[in-house]
Amino acid sequence: MSEMPAAEKSSQEERRKVGLFVTCLVDIMRPTIGFAAVKLLGDAGCRVVVPSQTCCGQPAYNSGDRQTAKDLAKQAIDAFEDCDYVVVPSGSCGGMLKTHYPELFKGEPDMAARAERFAEKTYELVSFLTDVLHVDKVNARYDGVVAYHDSCAGLRELGVKKQPRRLLKSVEGLTIVELLEAETCCGFGGLFATKYGELSNAIVARKAADIGAAKVDTVLAGDLGCLMNIAGKLQREGSAIKARHVAEVLAGMGDLPAVGEPAKGERA
Amino acid sequence: MSVIATTLKFKENAHAALTDARLQGALSFSRNFAVRRAAAADRLAEFEALRDSARAIKDHTLTHLDLYLAAYEEKVRESGGHVHYAEDAEEARRIIIDLCRSFDAKSVTKGKSMIAEEIGLNDALEAAGMEPVETDLGEYIIQLRHEAPSHIIAPAIHVTKKDVEQEFRKAHRDLPANRDLSEPEALLAEARAILRAKFLAADVGITGANFLIAETGTSIIVTNEGNGDLTQILPKAHIVIASIEKIVPTLEDAAQLLRVLSRSATGQDMSVYTTLSTGPRRLDDPDGPSAYHVVILDNGRSNMLGGEFEDMLRCIRCGACMNHCPVYQAVGGHAYGWVYPGPMGAVLTPSLIGVVEGGQLPNASTFCGRCEQVCPVRIPLPKMMRHWREREFERRLSPAPLRYGLGFWAFFAKRPALYRFATDVAARGLNLIGRSKGRLKWAPLASGWTEYRDLVAPQGATFQRQWRAKSGATT
Repeated sequence: MSEMPAAEKSSQEERRKVGLFVTCLVDIMRPTIGFAAVKLLGDAGCRVVVPSQTCCGQPAYNSGDRQTAKDLAKQAIDAFEDCDYVVVPSGSCGGMLKTHYPELFKGEPDMAARAERFAEKTYELVSFLTDVLHVDKVNARYDGVVAYHDSCAGLRELGVKKQPRRLLKSVEGLTIVELLEAETCCGFGGLFATKYGELSNAIVARKAADIGAAKVDTVLAGDLGCLMNIAGKLQREGSAIKARHVAEVLAGMGDLPAVGEPAKGERA
Repeated sequence: MSVIATTLKFKENAHAALTDARLQGALSFSRNFAVRRAAAADRLAEFEALRDSARAIKDHTLTHLDLYLAAYEEKVRESGGHVHYAEDAEEARRIIIDLCRSFDAKSVTKGKSMIAEEIGLNDALEAAGMEPVETDLGEYIIQLRHEAPSHIIAPAIHVTKKDVEQEFRKAHRDLPANRDLSEPEALLAEARAILRAKFLAADVGITGANFLIAETGTSIIVTNEGNGDLTQILPKAHIVIASIEKIVPTLEDAAQLLRVLSRSATGQDMSVYTTLSTGPRRLDDPDGPSAYHVVILDNGRSNMLGGEFEDMLRCIRCGACMNHCPVYQAVGGHAYGWVYPGPMGAVLTPSLIGVVEGGQLPNASTFCGRCEQVCPVRIPLPKMMRHWREREFERRLSPAPLRYGLGFWAFFAKRPALYRFATDVAARGLNLIGRSKGRLKWAPLASGWTEYRDLVAPQGATFQRQWRAKSGATT
């Protein structure tokens, strides 16, 4: 028999082709989050591809530069055309792809329809694992008390709230506590953090105080932007609390240097 | 424009607010509103459905605003009252001053009204030789302090108990200097005694309106102090000032809106007083004013109808957006620099005073979206703030560094191969600089960040570079 057994062949073909939209922050600042996403998706039976990509366009969109946002949206829609799903390890970029792309092309029927189809197949990473792939536990260990910070766009645009907590409960050695005002913004807001640095700092100072009061070892979130802001503030204040992306912990990569910590072998 | 705007100085205003320890202490109170609203929403199973119907009522009214305004006017006239339309603040002031003069007014009591703030009514009354007396406790306090409200429903939220004691001792000089004012109850009792005499002496009472009912010609105010009732019932004339979008078709509609208003505002099921007034005193009424006038202000609102900011006219002024806003909570209301603060102010202000003057406000938002999440009439506030940023960008009003920075970044972002190369070089470079600590204390063009926070250093080569190396793809 030269042919592959039918069952095996179809399972090969039916493996979902998931395009990882890694986000520019993860791409540039912390690639390990991307590899954690690849591992989680692979473990859940997906075939992961990484189409050529740059930025989702959100900085332009939120700065009022609609044309650049549309150009970048079209670029992303083209690049992921042949993927069954688009998965993003970020609620913020995920929200841009899923809720704002269709909005951008209102009044342009062809592109609007493509943007709608693109939005339908796009998911934030953790909610894709739980809601689409029905993953209910992971094989990982993390010894520590953690708080999960709900990043705004993930929470309010995509409804990501219970999903990360559900999976984190299956991580051995990990205890979750809830922050006071967990649903309050950390003050990042993309370009807001540098355009209104002092104001952004006042907001993240309050968040850092709430995290400090929660007596945790680690703060987790699904967005690197929030994590960079929170970690940067905690570190500037001399706090020892670590910040990590939820995907790294779920993928069993919790022993990596935390956000803003030196690589192993380097001295802090 | 009648109130001097300092909106252009938002950043300076915010800096002053953030470095004012007394103000920061006072602002911490605003956290309570969010807790109370959430509890009130949880207690009412149909709260979300009520928000939908509240939105529908306002949308319907805005679509037919001309008809409902005409119907309202007709009903006010039938009940013996008068309706005046004011195109702008100046006209509104003139109408009100003329009315007050016609009643020979020396003393004018006022219920809380943001429209009065918008048109700068107190200054105008004083300039005309009349004494305006704010009767809402918070408004009374800030009137003594010669300040504007810093919150649309809690005008003196930026003031501490100690500040109030100080103001009262300064203002109420004929009371014993050694009286005990350490407890809020004592402050309240003193204000009540002072105001009672003012209520009785007033010639004209001016109130705002939460709703104007087209079906009956009624205006509705909600208060927690009952000061609105005394303001409108005791003097010989009652003047209502309201903007055009306060119209709702029926009493039933107003009842639905009232059910979301107080829950969203303070977490109360209802305000303590909900007062309806229809026309002047009738022959068999035991009390009431002998004249009843309504001044309806446009001041730029009709330009918003049919445009991308029309949704803003649904606003019922509950203040929930500011109570849940991280920016408002950090800097308070005065930093916004005009009449309306917080997210609703960030959208409304450029609509009323122009984007050139008001454009800072819709930029000062993280787009966290919590305002829209709690808005009782579901106004898409972040989306409209973004629309203002688009108007700014189109007119090249955005700061030059932002525009050029975006252009530079977009040049690379639209060229994936070049982008991959450039970001990889940048990531490796910053990694070399920051790897020993894992973070940077300073980085080019990022001082707004690094002045306050450490900046994470990149791990090394970009994800795309590493992925391609692993999978053997070429760039």
